[in-house]
Formats: sequence, C-alpha cells, structure tokens
Amino acid sequence: MKAKVECKKAKRFIDLCSFVFICGALFSVTAQSDGSQQNQTGRAGTFAITNARIFTVSGAVIENGTVVIQEGRIAAVGAGVSIPGGAERIDGKGLSIYPGMIDAGTNLGLAEIGQGANATLDTAEVGSMNANAKAIKAVNPHTSHVNVTRVNGITSVLSRPTGGIVSGQATLINLNGSTQAEMAVEPIAGLIVNFPRITQGGGGFGGGGGFGGGGQQIDFNEAVKRRDTQIDELKKLFRDAVNYGRAVEAYAKDKTLPAVPTNLGLEALIPYVRGEKTIFFTAERDRDIRAVAKFVGEMKIKGIILGGQEAWKSADELKKNNIPVIYTHIYSLPVREDDPYDSLFEAPAKMHQAGIKFAISTGDQGAEVRDLPYQAGIAGAFGLSREEALKSVTLYPAQILGVGDKMGSIEIGKMANVVVTDGDLLDPRTNVKYLFIEGRLLPLTSRHTELFDSFKERKSSEIIP
Amino acid sequence: MNMKRVIQYLTMAGLVFAGSLFAFAQKGGDVLIKGATVMTAARGTLENADVLVTNGKIAKVGKGISAPAGVRVIDAAGKYVSPGIIDAHSHSMLDAINEGSIAVSSMTNVGDVLDPRDITIYRALAGGVTTALLLHGSANPIGGQSTTVKFKWGHTVEEFPVAGAPPGIKFALGENVKRSNFTPQPGQTPRYPRTRMGTMEVIRDAFLRARDYKRSWDDFKARKTNVPPRRDLELEPLVEILEGKRLVHAHGYRSDEHYNLLLLADEFGFRIATLQHALEAYKIAPEIAKRGTGASIFADSWSYKLEAYDSIPYNGYILWKNGVVVSINSDSDERMRRLNLDAAKMQKYGGVPEEEALKMITLNPAKQLGIDKRTGSIEQGKDGDLVVWSGHPFSPYSRVEITMIEGDVYFDSAKDVTMRAELAKEREALEKLEMNRAPAAGGTPPRLPSERRSADRDEADRGNNR
Repeated sequence: MKAKVECKKAKRFIDLCSFVFICGALFSVTAQSDGSQQNQTGRAGTFAITNARIFTVSGAVIENGTVVIQEGRIAAVGAGVSIPGGAERIDGKGLSIYPGMIDAGTNLGLAEIGQGANATLDTAEVGSMNANAKAIKAVNPHTSHVNVTRVNGITSVLSRPTGGIVSGQATLINLNGSTQAEMAVEPIAGLIVNFPRITQGGGGFGGGGGFGGGGQQIDFNEAVKRRDTQIDELKKLFRDAVNYGRAVEAYAKDKTLPAVPTNLGLEALIPYVRGEKTIFFTAERDRDIRAVAKFVGEMKIKGIILGGQEAWKSADELKKNNIPVIYTHIYSLPVREDDPYDSLFEAPAKMHQAGIKFAISTGDQGAEVRDLPYQAGIAGAFGLSREEALKSVTLYPAQILGVGDKMGSIEIGKMANVVVTDGDLLDPRTNVKYLFIEGRLLPLTSRHTELFDSFKERKSSEIIP
Repeated sequence: MNMKRVIQYLTMAGLVFAGSLFAFAQKGGDVLIKGATVMTAARGTLENADVLVTNGKIAKVGKGISAPAGVRVIDAAGKYVSPGIIDAHSHSMLDAINEGSIAVSSMTNVGDVLDPRDITIYRALAGGVTTALLLHGSANPIGGQSTTVKFKWGHTVEEFPVAGAPPGIKFALGENVKRSNFTPQPGQTPRYPRTRMGTMEVIRDAFLRARDYKRSWDDFKARKTNVPPRRDLELEPLVEILEGKRLVHAHGYRSDEHYNLLLLADEFGFRIATLQHALEAYKIAPEIAKRGTGASIFADSWSYKLEAYDSIPYNGYILWKNGVVVSINSDSDERMRRLNLDAAKMQKYGGVPEEEALKMITLNPAKQLGIDKRTGSIEQGKDGDLVVWSGHPFSPYSRVEITMIEGDVYFDSAKDVTMRAELAKEREALEKLEMNRAPAAGGTPPRLPSERRSADRDEADRGNNR
C-alpha cells in the first residue's frame, strides 16, 4: 500500500528487492536447510521418568513404573528400579511411556515438496536398474519433515528410493542428527524392487470429459507377456550378479584369472542375490504377491512385501517363503468398485489372523508420516486389537527390518528411542510430552511450532473505511 | 451380441439396480435413537440421551423419550451420536471437474455432471458424511458453479441437491490458476493468466463487465432502454455475486493472494463466503474475521506443493481464536472418510475445545454453505442427519455404525456385512457370463471401474486433487 506513494527510484529498488527475494525463496527451497532447525539435536544425559504407565510392547504394561535412560540406551525398566545418582528426574505421573514408532515405508528426507519444486525431489533415478543408488546419500538431515514427524512420536523411518524396477537401496534412519551418518541406524537397509506386474497401460478413460489420459492400452495377454519378460530380465540380472560375485572372489584368490572390471550395479546386488540382505518387493495384488513369493523361493533370497493391499489373500505362499509385509494402504481407497468399503482398513486384521508378519506404514513421501499412529489406530477400529495395532508401528517394523534386538520396545539395552505422552499413542488427541532419540532429550519444536509462535498473537493494522 | 445375451445382461443389470435400492434406501424418516452419548455440536454433549426423528426432522432430544407406535428404535447404549458430517470441499460424484480451457468458466455448473452411482458416495456415508459442497476444479480464477448435495445413495440424481441451499461458485488463485506446474504443448498458446498479477486482473475485469451488464439490465427494467440486453451466461452468476445471492468459495494458499481477493471483494461490495484450503489464513486471521468470511481448511496437510509449504496444523486454532468460522474439508474421496479424526487433531494442535472441533465438520460448514437452519447440529426442528458411532468419534478406534439422512438409514455397518455375500454371488454370476469371460480364456477384461473417474480429472486435480 505504502509503495504507491513512493518515487520511481524506490520502485526500482523494490523491483530489485523482489528479484533478490525470489532468488532467496528459490534458494531456500532448493537448498532446503531449514536454518532455524539446525542444531536442535537435543541433549544427552541420564534421565529417569518416574511414576508412568509403561507400554513395553514386548511384555505386559507396567502400570506405575520408571524408565531409566543412560548413555543412549534404556538402562532400567520397572516398578522398583533404583535411580542412578545425578539422573535428571522427569515426573511421569499421568503420563505413558512408549517406544518410538517406526515407519518402514517412507521417502522421508528424499522429497521435500511434492509438486513445483523438482530440485527438492531425489526419489527416482533415471533408468530401470539402479541397485547401487543409495538413499542414505540423498537423505537431507535438515529437511523440515524430520522435526514435524518426530514430535508426533515417530523416531525412525525407512527411507527408500522409488523409480524403475530396481530402485536402489533404502536406509533406516533415526529422525535426529546433523549428518547422514548421525542419523543412520542401518545405512543400507535393503534393496527396493518394484516387482514387474501386469499393467495394461492407458490410465486414460473411456468416454466423457475432454482430457486424454496417458499411453495406449494394450491387450491383456500382451501385458502378461511383458510382465514375464521383465521378470526374466530381473532373473538374468540376479544371476549375472551371482556370477559377477563368483568371478570377483575367484580373481581375488587367483590373480592369474582374468580381472573383473567393476560393475557398480552388479556389485551392489551381491549380498541380496546371496540371500544375505533383504529385498523389499513392492506388490499389491494377490497374483503379483504370489509371483514375488515364487521368485523369492526360486532365487533363494530374502524378501519383504511393500504395499500389500491383498497380502492377506496370499498368506499360504507368504508364510511358506517367510515373507513379511509392510502394509501401506490404510489411507487408500478400496481397489475395486465392489470391494467392501473397509477392505483396506481390515487388511491388517486379516493378515494377523492369517499369521502373516506385518507392519503398518504410511508409505508417504515425508510430510504425512506423522499420521502413522492414527493409521494404526484405524486398523485397531477394524478388527485388529489395540495391542497388535501398537506393535504394528513399533516392534513389528523393527523385527521386519532386522533390528528387533535394537529397537521397537521398552527393554533394557535397547536404543533409547522413547516417547512420553499424555494419552493413547495412537489417538489424534494425544500430545507428546517428552521425546528421546538415542537417549537425547529433544525439543518439541518444528517448522510448524515456529510458524505458530510467529503468528498466534498477530493483530491487524488494517483500517478499512 | 445375440438376443439371449442381451436378455441375460439386462436381467443382471436390473438385479444390481434393484439390489442397491432395496439395500440402502430404507424409506421412512422416523427413528428413535436411545441411550447414547449425544454430541449436539450446538448445545453440548448429553449423556445417556435419546434423539427422536419424525418425518425426517429431529422432533425431540433428551432423556426418557418413548417411541411413537411403529417407529424403529435403535439401542445406542454405550455408543455416540453426532450430527452428519458436512464436507465443504469435495469433487465426489463429478464426471468432470475442470473446464480449464478458459480463465473464466462461470457459465459451467458441476451440477450438470453428477453421477449418483459413484461408489465414493457410499464410502463417504460409511465415514459419517451426509452432506457435501461439490466444487468445480481450481484451474480458473473464476471457475464453475458449485452444488450442495446430500448423499442420498440409491436415489435418483434429482434428489441429491439440498433444497434451498444458496448457489455457489468456485474461484481460485495461485499455482493451479497460473498453470505453473504444466508446460503448454508445442503449438499450444499458454492461457492467460500466467502470474498472480494477471489472475487479479482477470477477476477485476470480469466484475467490471458484470457491473456493466447488471446496469444494462437495470436500465432496461427501469424502462430507460427499450431493447433487452443479450443474456450473458458468463456474467449472470457474477451479477448474482454482486447482489449477494451466490456464495463465493475461493481456492487459494498464500495469504497475500487471499487478502488481495478480500480487498477486491470490498471494492465491489460483496462478501467472500469461504476461503478454500487457506493454508496460510492464520497469517491474516484478523482480516478474515473482520469480513465475516469463513475458512475451509485441511486439518494438517502440507508440503505437497510449494504454496502449501507454510501450512501449519495450528491454522484452525488461530482462525478459531480470531472468531473465524472454520470448517475442515477433505477435497478427496479418500480423506472424506475420516474427517472425524481430522477434527480430533484440532484439539491437539492449539487446543480447540471438543465441541468447537466437532463444529468444524458439522455446524460450521453448514453455516458456510448457508444450510445451518436445517442441518449441522442435533437440535429440534433440524433434519435428522445423524451418525451413530461405536465410540467417541474422535477416537481412532471408533467406527461408524449407522449414517442417516433425514431419518432414513443410508449406511448400516451390520447390513453392509450381510450384503457382501449377496454381492459376491452376484459377481460370480456376472463373471460366468460369456461376455465377461476371463482374459485367460480369450475374453477382453473390463477396465477397472475405479479407474474411470480418477483418470478423468484434469491435471490441476491430480496429486490428491488439491
């Protein structure tokens, strides 16, 4: 308003300012170092949370007990534990203690702003076979998603690449740290494979409207053939990796053999094709999940289903091949028009009944990972017991990710990823009161609390005639 | 197709239709809900209370009400009753969403493209939603006309629009309007506007034209001129806005552009009914409150696009504290099913009191849509739009058991379960038909029915339709 009365010189200055401002805005998006949030990595110490209700998850609920946190670990749990001298006491009266939640299917840190800011997206590499791409090398420790997520009680996430058929390697990180190394729990946590499936392309629509959809539709039988070809290519890639590994080992022992030129893609695959490390296969439909199970059995590898809309239907094959499921579809609409309205809410309960090992995940890029507890809560409304719902976002994902001995429950010796709340962890009305990651007591601040604080008392200076 | 097949097909189609009518649209309009915790969204929460609905209207709310002869009694001991949820931003039922080819598409009306068989209606009912504002997309500074419907699943399309609801129209600002995320195809001229400057000029120009158009009609009616002006379907709805007869629902994210729209409305002497999304509204809460404009927001979505980066979940609290009428919307067929949990988040973020949070998905959207005289709260004389919940509607462990509109049950979770066996049988019978032969047996598979509409949406609506 005031600018109107200012002279031309000032206008040029304003133009310059706006240019600088735009550049600044672009920079702040691309660089995405939420300056205000750096170095909010909390403080270490010895802490004793007393008189609290303890949801150990691995065992029974302790109605009135103490948890001692020391040197980044849980040092004591129980009703009558002795508190070390010098420990900082936190009165937990009326509060509940839970293990930090784990979301085993996100892209957190790889994607800041979904649309209109490509510079912030690092989820999908070019090409279809990218085994050597590593999420840990692209996760942004200073993304604003970190604080926003952890203040809701989620302390660790699996962050994964998404593109092509072999997307790359996922990482398991704690949501705290100034460097990727400080965040990493398992820097390389598994390989992501988008298992080839039958798609008929298109994505357009039959009639009406006016906007054309994507590519051309192909015949079903053609689509089956294409899927089979892709699976064959995948098998070939895996066998190449097996052979590559043998050749490299052979040459290491006997230098008279021909040297093997380094192939980063094959090298990255070696531990997976040997069944030493786990492969996450994205698959949704029963037939695709069964195809994964067959593939896992045939190739003698370790597999996990990521997605798993219809996994409960494939229980026999999944159990036979020891394949757990990371389920990402609480916030999805039923697939077919005539599917029951609650088919995807009920899926976790059905997996549980069928004896499938599973975890619930948001499957989100990052911003909505904080809804993990409520997603588990909804599963709790549709047939899953509250205890199982809680396990599906704490101990089960830890076990599925192979870190069940390190995290996921309140047990002595485990990493002190601990959340203290004023109510049920899975209820959206509940507030997190204290938050620890690796025993560090963290401030409950985020980009959102900071903006809130800046504007909550704002008064208007507007005068309207 | 031979005659036999045609008959088979028609028979099956007839069964499907009759089945859906029979199962869901239980006519009656009289019901007594007994012994529930009744959250009125207007006059507090009543423990162990009854709600009597007769002829579709709430006749009585209180304790110890006995059922008139022949009225169905629902025993709701230990359960909760809330008003039907109202979603003030939805694209459910729409066979087309954006007329994106022109910057001012005010002549279009989404009411012309309603699909009463859209399965998302039933899924919304299963989440306790009874009423929705169906909006045009956000591709234009001035978009198409909107319509307010009740989800009367199983009825004909004429029965969906809420009688007496004021007409509305969609406006939009920002990224979608200036088509910032879409590159024109080679040979295609980019559509004006391409900046936020142009957006404001498009709107100002349209209202100047509307003002002139109105004057030409006023002059004609006052017999100052002899020839009636040519009707202008683009400007007629804008004249209705100037006359205060049509509600403006303005999509936008950044506070500066929403504020500019408020100033423009001041200039032309009308009120903006709601700012839609308004994820930065907390930055200009006093200015919004002063004008009596409502805000229809997401509970906590953010970061999905650049202009949503300053969105905070405390938005609702700050607006409420400033006296703005706040509603929480879904803008998504998926999210619509869990607006109860979105309302619950308002208690967490800032501390909106329980009843005020409930109002944000019931009475407040009713106010914003101008239908609060008839729905939005549990009060005598209002429509019997009610939801019976297994537990507190803000608990994630609760589920909807019954959803009714004007006393008729449109969703019943127990009935839904018994329906499944019938549906499975029907599906089996349909799949056996030669025309539906499996692809492996040489048949052409049908497209996924659920694909049909989601792909129909314009680019501006992709990515969760925001």
